[in-house]
Amino acid sequence: MAGVATLREPKAEPRAAQAGTAGRLGPKVRRNLSAHGFLIGAVLCFTFFSWYPIVREVIMSFQKAVVGGGYAWAGWTNYVRIFRDPTFWLAWRNTLEFTVLALVVGYAVPFFVALLLNELRHARGYLRVLVYLPVMLPPASALLLFAYFYNPQYGLFDDILRLVHLPTSQWVFQPGSGFISVAMVSVVIASTWMNMGGATLIYLAALQNIPGELYEAAELDGAGLWRRIRHVTIPQTRLILLMLLMLQIVATMQMFVESFVLTNGGGGVGDNTLSVVMLIYQYAFALSGASNYNSASALGVMLMLVLAVFSFGFLWATRERASQA
Amino acid sequence: MTTRTLISSATLNRGRGKVVYRVVLTLAIVGFTLVFIGPMYFLFTDGLKSTHEAIATPPTLYPHHVYPGSYAQAFDRLDIARLLWNSVYYAFGALAFQLTFDVAAAYSLSKLRPVFGNVIFFLMLATLMIPTTVLVVPQYVTVASLPIVHLNLIGTPEAIWLPSVANAFNIFLLKRFFDSIPADYLDAAQIDGASPLRILRSIVLPISRPIIGVVSIFGLVAVWKDFLWPLLVEYGYTPTRETLNVGIWQATYGTPQNLIIAASAMAAVPTIVFFLFFQRNIMGGLTAGGLRG
Repeated sequence: MAGVATLREPKAEPRAAQAGTAGRLGPKVRRNLSAHGFLIGAVLCFTFFSWYPIVREVIMSFQKAVVGGGYAWAGWTNYVRIFRDPTFWLAWRNTLEFTVLALVVGYAVPFFVALLLNELRHARGYLRVLVYLPVMLPPASALLLFAYFYNPQYGLFDDILRLVHLPTSQWVFQPGSGFISVAMVSVVIASTWMNMGGATLIYLAALQNIPGELYEAAELDGAGLWRRIRHVTIPQTRLILLMLLMLQIVATMQMFVESFVLTNGGGGVGDNTLSVVMLIYQYAFALSGASNYNSASALGVMLMLVLAVFSFGFLWATRERASQA
Repeated sequence: MTTRTLISSATLNRGRGKVVYRVVLTLAIVGFTLVFIGPMYFLFTDGLKSTHEAIATPPTLYPHHVYPGSYAQAFDRLDIARLLWNSVYYAFGALAFQLTFDVAAAYSLSKLRPVFGNVIFFLMLATLMIPTTVLVVPQYVTVASLPIVHLNLIGTPEAIWLPSVANAFNIFLLKRFFDSIPADYLDAAQIDGASPLRILRSIVLPISRPIIGVVSIFGLVAVWKDFLWPLLVEYGYTPTRETLNVGIWQATYGTPQNLIIAASAMAAVPTIVFFLFFQRNIMGGLTAGGLRG
């Protein structure tokens, strides 16, 4: 810190002159007081709502509630208890299933949509607005609409299937939990429809920054369409692809509202669309009897560690990008 | 658009290329309209059907008997006016807190540079690695009884406003923009005797309008779209304190289908209008976070 302080010395001079008349406090102290005064609001909010909760989640995961109020140390009991809960493994399995499916659909589709949009010479503005429009809807609106489409009695999707004489489906309420379950695919479809706009536009911005000469040169060298995508487009957008991959893994592993609204807060038939965050919610707020903040915290700590790895990967990719620029 | 992309304009203007391009363009327009506008068409028209028609099989493509009563009924039954007001109040209140505290903090970190400023900035950025969703339980417990002051914020708007300030991405974007403002401007003002607050108000803020616009739009949208946190902290009060987003979900139990759809449509209107107004800023702002390729 000392080095930083001396670097700023010249800047402080005008203030020093001004502070001379201001009283006993040295100019440096005065400057720091006012600087910290500007910081204090944000620092208090970070302390109460971000830094402290992070620490507290770890502490709470090793505690248990005591009759009559207060908490006592519990060692690994909370972790052992949730490890023994079959729902715990199911929730992780479902979350993994959602993440993989959402990536297969929600990661690749926006890239190809962006590729397509970038080639079109007409109607681009219109198509961009269309793709992004669902992102702006309140999630409850979009998901209640999909719940209506998915309804097995009168939903639009089954009506369409009936129209073309295909077997109908229960959609999100389809029982069964094979690795690719109909219920989870239904959640992924709704989720992708709602969320793909953001990734598409980010890819599009990246595609527009690829120097045209590269394509020109590749074409002169006789590279066909597919080889131009492979050897120009993908390498040129490699870092954006990597960053969005990390971001999307982090986002999809926190899946909550999609399954929560589509299944009326339940988690599907036999919990086959119950996600880890939904289980945290159930542990902490929805189970009958004593609230179980501590088990929920233990599960939260595990998810936090997993997500931190991917977030770190994202920041690392960003750093690599920043140093290139 | 004149820049060269994957396929050259020359290829697209010649013989077979022209035909293929026309076909692809038409398919794209029709396909995208069906996929993205199609569901929204039903969102807005099915609210105009009677309950009987809304759940009829096969479904009607358009309301055969227009029944605007569903909108009026849903509006009263779900108290949309109140939910809408709640959401507006939370969103703009959160924005006011974010702009006040985050702008001040970013200004301090960028231009006033206090002792330990770098440490504080690093600790703020570190929270980017831990999404708030995994912290709901300790955050809830903390908001229910703030340490030291022992205030219970559950059920108050502050439960939404204050946590929204702890947004490292805002601080990052603002600080990076402030860093790019030449020091000469500020030094000149300082020599003329302007206080740091005066410099912030008269020099930094006017220059920073674009980035403040980006931060504001995304701040508003984030509060408006949030579900889990408002569900936890504003749930179950009379009169209701829920956001529009949580409120329409909560009311679905035992509400006829056409009213749910009408309510969902009404909940969607403000954000759609907002988007059409600010689409350039919103879509441009997406790449503001250093994601530019």
